[in-house]
Amino acid sequence: MSLYWEQHLQEIREQLLMMSSLVERNLGQCAKALIERDDVLADLVEEEDSEVDELEKRIDELVITYISTHGPMARDCRFLITASKISSELERIADQATTVARRARDLNKHPALKSLSNIPVMVEEVQEMLRQSIKAFVDRDTDLALEVIGRDKLVDSEYKETARDVESAIMSDPGTTGRELHLLTIAKALERAGDHATNIAEEVFYLYKGQDIRHVKLHSL
Amino acid sequence: MSLDLATPTVSRVKTEPNTKTATSGAESPTAAIPMIEVENLDFYYGKSRALHSVTLKIPARKVTAFIGPSGCGKSTLLRCFNRMNDLIEGTRIGAGHIKIQGVDIYDPSVDVIALRRQVGMVFQKSNPFPKSIYQNISYGLELQGVKDKARLDAVVEKSLRGAALWEEVKDRLHTSALGLSGGQQQRLCIARAIAVEPAVILMDEPCSALDPIATSKVEELIQELKKQFTIVIVTHSMQQAGRCSDKTAFFYLGKLIEMDVTQKIFTKPAQQQTEDYITGRFG
Repeated sequence: MSLYWEQHLQEIREQLLMMSSLVERNLGQCAKALIERDDVLADLVEEEDSEVDELEKRIDELVITYISTHGPMARDCRFLITASKISSELERIADQATTVARRARDLNKHPALKSLSNIPVMVEEVQEMLRQSIKAFVDRDTDLALEVIGRDKLVDSEYKETARDVESAIMSDPGTTGRELHLLTIAKALERAGDHATNIAEEVFYLYKGQDIRHVKLHSL
Repeated sequence: MSLDLATPTVSRVKTEPNTKTATSGAESPTAAIPMIEVENLDFYYGKSRALHSVTLKIPARKVTAFIGPSGCGKSTLLRCFNRMNDLIEGTRIGAGHIKIQGVDIYDPSVDVIALRRQVGMVFQKSNPFPKSIYQNISYGLELQGVKDKARLDAVVEKSLRGAALWEEVKDRLHTSALGLSGGQQQRLCIARAIAVEPAVILMDEPCSALDPIATSKVEELIQELKKQFTIVIVTHSMQQAGRCSDKTAFFYLGKLIEMDVTQKIFTKPAQQQTEDYITGRFG
């Protein structure tokens, strides 16, 4: 059924999808900037971050306006709260992508490291988590949302492995300490981005099931 | 069967202290006692069936909201609680019964006047008598034979205070009630209803003709009144039901679709029809 006010909810949905595709692209570009040592891409990620910031503000504005003027209930209310939270998580993922891009630019000023450890795998994993959490949102797929939450452990263990690799690399060649610490910061940013994608999946689950699964062990669901 | 709804039978719950159990912190034992029990109720306007096998329990000293689109049967059910429908020709209960404090109020032996004293009603449009503010309150008691001026004065003050109106009218008690604002008139009607110390107050869209400030005062008053009375409110305002009530019942086409704790109804109702209605997708 098409109702006059549903177009406002649809607009929020569309803005959110636009924001998520921008963030997903930024994640890919920041990784490329690192792996292919491409400063232009790193600059682009940083520039596009402000676009993401604007979208976050726009979505919040739409949400506040809708709440103030329509007094939403039940699924509409959950949708609006969730939309605001998801946009905030997306903005933070974009911030992490910017961190990766800046560190990549710093690294590009120096000779390439022998290994980027698990970074390329982590990027792919986090990108996939983001894609799937948004797909879960679009398809109302709470099983997929749970799958995303389960994947976060993988990113966490990849981060720990990277931290160990960094430590070994510094011990074997102290001259690389500065560059290796940049790598560690990048790994941490990606690990955080994975956490934000997990948060999105949790919000999606709440949106469609009305059940708050934050801080709940997956196996207990 | 002799039913004296004016005395202890129904007011039993009302007079017990409204305290929480010290050990568990749970709701008071009285709160769990249903004031009104409706069982498999069918109601007809002539041949038209307006209520279909409605079963529900209204908890004592809580606010229960009835919501649903026009014609869903919520006001009909409300009017069944004090047999106001008896005044409409051709109406009848087809099946089921309604008990207030365990007493079947449609039993032939029930004194309907006594029932209506115990189950007061406030209507959509305020309807003060064309008399003074004082007389609007005292009238019901005078009809009951109360002549003691001191007692009448005390009840008038207590009722007006109870309806949060005393401070606004105490200096003009003997002026016409029709000179009050719409919001004040509605609170006067509430004062008139509580003057005879009912057990239940029925409110049929009590704020639909009021501005937001007057609405807010009535809603605040409802929160005070529920400490003493069982309140059933019919409203078309989802926000009002959400703000004011402890339990909400959703009706559609004469059927009770869902009744639950208000917070649950407005955040995650169990029935799709309820969700569609409260989110404005039908009705």
